[in-house]
Amino acid sequence: MPKDSGIGASSKRREDIRFLTGTGKYTDDINIHGQLYVHFLRADVAHAKLNGVDTAEAAAMPGVVRIFTGADFEAVGSIPCGWQITDRHGQPMQEPRHPVLAHGKIRHVGEPVAAVVAETRAQARDAAEAIVLDYDELPAVVDMKAAVAEGATKVHDELTSNLCYDWGFVEENKAATDAAFEAAAHVTTLELVNNRLVANPMEPRVAVGEYDRADDMHTLHTTSQNPHVIRLLMGAFVLGIPEHKLRVVAPDVGGGFGTKIFHYQEEAFCTFAAKALNRPVKWTSTRSEAFMSDAHGRDHVSKIQLALDADNNFTAIRTETYANMGAYLSTFAPSVPTWLHGTLMAGNYKTPLVYVNVKAVFTNTVPVDAYRGAGRPEATYQLERVIDMAARELGVDPVALRRQNYITQFPYATPVAVEYDTGDYNATMDKLTEIADFAGFDARRKESEARGKLRGLGVNSYIEACGIAPSNLVGQLGARAGLYDAATVRVNATGSISVMVGAHSHGQGHETSFPQVISEMIGIPEDQIDIVHGDTSKIPFGMGTYGSRSLAVCGSAMVRAAEKVINKAKKIAAHLLEASEGDIELKDGTFSVAGTDKSVAWGDVTLAAYVPHNYPLTDIEPGLEETAFYDPANFTYPAGAYACEVELDPETGHVKIERFSAADDFGNVINPMIVSGQVHGGIAQGIGQALLENCAYDADGQLISASYMDYAMPRADDLPFYSVDHSCQTPCTHNPLGVKGCGEAGAIGSPPSVVNAVIDAIQSGGMNVAHIDMPLTPSRVWAAMHAARTDAA
Amino acid sequence: MKLTMKVNGREVTGEVEGRTLLVDFLRSDLRLTGTHVGCDTSQCGACTVHVNGELVKSCTMFAAEADGAEIATIEGAAAEDGTLSAIQQAFQDHHGLQCGYCTPGMVMTAASLLKENPKPTEHEVRQYLEGNICRCTGYHNIVKAIMAASGQEMPAMAAE
Repeated sequence: MPKDSGIGASSKRREDIRFLTGTGKYTDDINIHGQLYVHFLRADVAHAKLNGVDTAEAAAMPGVVRIFTGADFEAVGSIPCGWQITDRHGQPMQEPRHPVLAHGKIRHVGEPVAAVVAETRAQARDAAEAIVLDYDELPAVVDMKAAVAEGATKVHDELTSNLCYDWGFVEENKAATDAAFEAAAHVTTLELVNNRLVANPMEPRVAVGEYDRADDMHTLHTTSQNPHVIRLLMGAFVLGIPEHKLRVVAPDVGGGFGTKIFHYQEEAFCTFAAKALNRPVKWTSTRSEAFMSDAHGRDHVSKIQLALDADNNFTAIRTETYANMGAYLSTFAPSVPTWLHGTLMAGNYKTPLVYVNVKAVFTNTVPVDAYRGAGRPEATYQLERVIDMAARELGVDPVALRRQNYITQFPYATPVAVEYDTGDYNATMDKLTEIADFAGFDARRKESEARGKLRGLGVNSYIEACGIAPSNLVGQLGARAGLYDAATVRVNATGSISVMVGAHSHGQGHETSFPQVISEMIGIPEDQIDIVHGDTSKIPFGMGTYGSRSLAVCGSAMVRAAEKVINKAKKIAAHLLEASEGDIELKDGTFSVAGTDKSVAWGDVTLAAYVPHNYPLTDIEPGLEETAFYDPANFTYPAGAYACEVELDPETGHVKIERFSAADDFGNVINPMIVSGQVHGGIAQGIGQALLENCAYDADGQLISASYMDYAMPRADDLPFYSVDHSCQTPCTHNPLGVKGCGEAGAIGSPPSVVNAVIDAIQSGGMNVAHIDMPLTPSRVWAAMHAARTDAA
Repeated sequence: MKLTMKVNGREVTGEVEGRTLLVDFLRSDLRLTGTHVGCDTSQCGACTVHVNGELVKSCTMFAAEADGAEIATIEGAAAEDGTLSAIQQAFQDHHGLQCGYCTPGMVMTAASLLKENPKPTEHEVRQYLEGNICRCTGYHNIVKAIMAASGQEMPAMAAE
């Protein structure tokens, strides 16, 4: 029977009440007395030499307080990059300066060039229109392969080329991998594009800077997934403000999906300007600005090759990828196509040799960084598409080919430097076979065909690395930060608990699920426990929420802190019960002496800790509050199997998703309702990538998909109900909760099965189409079918 | 210019520029920040309110145009004592929201749908939500919540 509280219960979300009644507090809901508004004048060309910014007329307009340009930030630091990649030849990546406001050169459409601060938002916007930019346009660098060709225009004059790095992984495997291809019985080669996307959390970014002259204190309210990371990056590297003089607050945040991890210029600007003007300064992004200033995602062009022996065993994988960095290096950008991508290229398979080459390229486009899945969707898409293609070329069942090559023994050290601790890929495929009703597919296909439609079934496996990450390992790989997390469990005198956590909740429901864990450990009701997050002045420290790490890393810190609390409380209970500490048991909120009927309630012990009249003061301190930092021993490895069933109109190329099924292994699950919701959302984003979404630039570097009129977001009538299951559970072996993380799985696991399904449908109609690049819009699908029909005729 | 309107049953007055949008008047002047802004092309639906009983994206209308109108926003959806409406309660029961940003617009839209069509099919719900974008839920639990609020049995595929 399902539990009604604690670990494993689908507890209803407490945060819903404020969101459902319009009383959530998002950053744009914050208004501080005397605040000014900033409007950024953004570049409308992709690449230009910036000769001057004439602000004279604008500065005289009503309400204008001050106009800032790049010259005002010459003494200010560069927006920093948090990860340094070392290339194939042992050299560090090329790392350009990233100014707060463009100075001397414009490098992408949307780059902030001037900032108008005025009494009202409308006045700031009006004045920005009167600023005159003097610039000489330069040829735009847009196509990645052209960007690294001999003689290409450089995005950054001070760098040797547009190549950020040329990375090989594992370089020592290259010769053996090449030899395996020479010896292969069959080689399948696939060239594909992983389309550029925009994360599009529904809340645009907002920043409000405040400065208190009396105590030299800066406060930044911002839409961030990781306020402590922003404090560190902005304070230490950009503005030179020590941590104790800088408070960063991320209140309710309306979705992130990666794009609110990064430190952005607008945050630094508002913090800087608040001090310069001694008044609060507020910036609220419009959606149009978001499209040209939020870090984009994906944008890889890849060639993958799979070698098989005569028995269809995978013997080697070789890839070459061009990864777009955009015009500057965003916070985690260099790690995405490398350590978050190359290390997952073995997938769920026991391929003995893997070699991954990645060329990261600067272009005159918005910076590209982590978006839900970050590198892992790109790896999964290549691998699961090439396996499907190989199965078709060899005339074997794609599911059977996968099962034949699955890793079945754990722990398993892959040839790309990671060790999977646990998993059962056949179990998730068995579950998928059941929930996706593979057995009924033929009948459904016949029914579609009777109506003149084509029907396809696409399947894939996926694995991801979550719970980012062991600090010593990522330090060796170039991370400029540790990736542990922290929590403080503060027990109040009457027994209620506040837990200060470094993870940030922006839709994930931590305020509900984290108390479920504490409730389970102590045996008090969930409503006696509150979670505090998102404010550097209230929580001990934290690296934030991304990479499906909140529960696996911060949740583990919380468990460790709670264990310390319980251990201390047992000492107090032992004193109160005049028993030995080793005999004290805690169950259902009551401490008892094993084998006796002596007991004391949780609340009596906590009260004793704060009113220590009868208390072992010589042995322990009063109070009941503990902090723990947790650094994971390994990544976690959620995995699963996904299936998509489509119906395709051969006349128009329109694809309709008829069924979508997901069987995931997330290890132990705290709140199944929330986990299913996370998978649903990820699947919708994956289907969006596969069928609808595309961030497009023209040859001049103009962003031509900068609104919801042009960028096709998935809507309710584009999507079906999903069938999701997470009953296959192989608990993580190295964290205290046995959890793996579930936030990104849906977005990682879904694009290949959608494309595999469409290819299956087309081929079932007798047309020889091997691949179509995402998004599979009706025009692209129709064009591919038309070309195949023409070829055949 | 001066204007007067009734918002959630309460008469309010204000002074705005001609270009002030209704959503900005609600958020900035009345401090009713439950109505959100998610785009600038009237596509996302986060700012959806009711104007004289009609479903309106409050970014598509000037505040001045609403002079004399009756406006309902998310802040007026629950009862005085805080009891959630049937739609609000169904959203919580069925996990129909995650980050909460699109939620006020979704609830206002669902209220209009169920007023016009008390027993919509799944297809009708999805069609009606065409003007409201959610990036978190994949719509599964939103559709489920609205169907549940209408008192209908769930389709088998929505069971999970």
